[in-house]
Amino acid sequence: MKAIFKRELKSYFTSPIGYIVLSVMWAYSTMLFVTLFSSGSPDITVIFSSMFSMILFLLPLLTMRTFSEEKRQKTDQLYMTAPTSLLGVVLGKFFAAVTVFLIGMSLTLLFEFIIMIYIVPQWLVYFSNIIGTTLMASAFIALGVFISACTESQIVSAIISFAFATVMMLLDVVVTLFNVSWITAAAEWFSFSDRYNTFTNGTVDISNILFFISLAVIFIFLTVRKLDKKRWA
Amino acid sequence: MIEVKNLVKDYGGHLAVDDVSFTINDGEVVGFLGPNGAGKTTTMNMITGYLSATAGSVSVAGFNVLEYPNEVKRRIGYLPEIPPLYTDMTVEEYLNFCYDLKKAKLPRGPHIEEICCLVKIDHVYKRLIKNLSKGYKQRVGIAQALIGNPEVLILDEPTVGLDPNQIIEIRNLITQLGKNHTVILSSHILSEVQAVCERIIVINNGKLVADDKAENLSKSLSKDHSLLARIIGPQKDVMRLIATIRGVEGVSATGVRESGAIEYKIDPHPEADIRRELFDRLSERHWPLIMLTSNELSLEEIFIELTSPKIPVSRKKKGED
Repeated sequence: MKAIFKRELKSYFTSPIGYIVLSVMWAYSTMLFVTLFSSGSPDITVIFSSMFSMILFLLPLLTMRTFSEEKRQKTDQLYMTAPTSLLGVVLGKFFAAVTVFLIGMSLTLLFEFIIMIYIVPQWLVYFSNIIGTTLMASAFIALGVFISACTESQIVSAIISFAFATVMMLLDVVVTLFNVSWITAAAEWFSFSDRYNTFTNGTVDISNILFFISLAVIFIFLTVRKLDKKRWA
Repeated sequence: MIEVKNLVKDYGGHLAVDDVSFTINDGEVVGFLGPNGAGKTTTMNMITGYLSATAGSVSVAGFNVLEYPNEVKRRIGYLPEIPPLYTDMTVEEYLNFCYDLKKAKLPRGPHIEEICCLVKIDHVYKRLIKNLSKGYKQRVGIAQALIGNPEVLILDEPTVGLDPNQIIEIRNLITQLGKNHTVILSSHILSEVQAVCERIIVINNGKLVADDKAENLSKSLSKDHSLLARIIGPQKDVMRLIATIRGVEGVSATGVRESGAIEYKIDPHPEADIRRELFDRLSERHWPLIMLTSNELSLEEIFIELTSPKIPVSRKKKGED
């Protein structure tokens, strides 16, 4: 897992993808912070909640290549014929993407320190935000990795991931559009943004943590099965 | 070392590999020969555990590939048809990555260095793989297969797309590796298999059509056992003499090929070896024998014979072994 993680993390920065994702995340969050700061508000939560949709659309860039490119270039033969576990391979790639995401979010820590010059920041709210974003991103990264394992084209992989991101965004609209109670209930239950927003409010709800972690685990498991299928089917 | 039993791979109605069985002993260098699409790569992928078999079993050093995949994979170094290279890495990074991935136990620095010297990539060690020539990429692919010092090397068409010099270099390298590894080499180039391998397994349309030593293959498959001899001497007397040699079933003159020498086509009994007696008898008469060749099939012709759809040589050969 360590070897894959190292290779994968490095590969984000030997291609433009890592730089694009990081620069967009940093530029966007800095812009939000400057606006916030100039308005005199110390509430960093606004940055996190505003970044939700942007994160959903950036993450497919991180996950689109993970397995599709390996299949296309046939480099998957290397780890498929090496005495290593597929779970390790999947986790290595998953954590590499999560790490790039965390580097992208790291700037918010700097914002907290700048706020600290003026007032005592609400660290608990901040950490609740960080945990929420990371968990939500992890679930979405696991989904993206799974989609990538299902296709040989990184473009197709990205498009499907974008489609999921859009669905996630639209779920909230569905909630308001339909008056059928069970659809609303289902959409609300599944809504990333609803669950995510509880974190940005500073509430760490165990059911939300479990929701995102289970999603990540399920998609990592499905990815392993998808890769392993080649050897069994 | 490698035991393949009744291996079948069915791609949804298309039988890529159809009931293939063979055993490869420790230290053998075996050539896997067949036209494109014959099922060579699929068979190799099943041996290495990359693909599953629809039926049948593969075991390496006694370990079944399905039950003990890691034990099998640890023992195999695989160079697929397209070398699995991460072109954004340097040779150094790539080989170190492979070392970690394969969980090699040998001391890292010296082991990688030794491999680089062996496959002669030590001077491109710090370069990005994408900037290397095809020949060097192939070598890096072979280096990758050698990491962890596996007992078995499986090389899928290792010389495809290389220039003649590179082909010779890679061939020499494989011959060298064959001294202390069990090697399976696939190719559709006959001369290559002939140059490097002791034993040849021919696959066509997913079926094993022949499995023997190279020279035995040409002998047993060649229906034509005739010899061509160029002899300087009076034609009638020479023919009379040849006809009296034990084992000769027929002789005919095919004409003057060079001044003073007449070429004869001699048909001996398939089991008989008349060459020594022919020479002795001619030299008694002082009729110089200036050329003697076998009309046996070349490996090229055997290949065409075995893999052409019209001639079902097929399984008979295997049964005879």
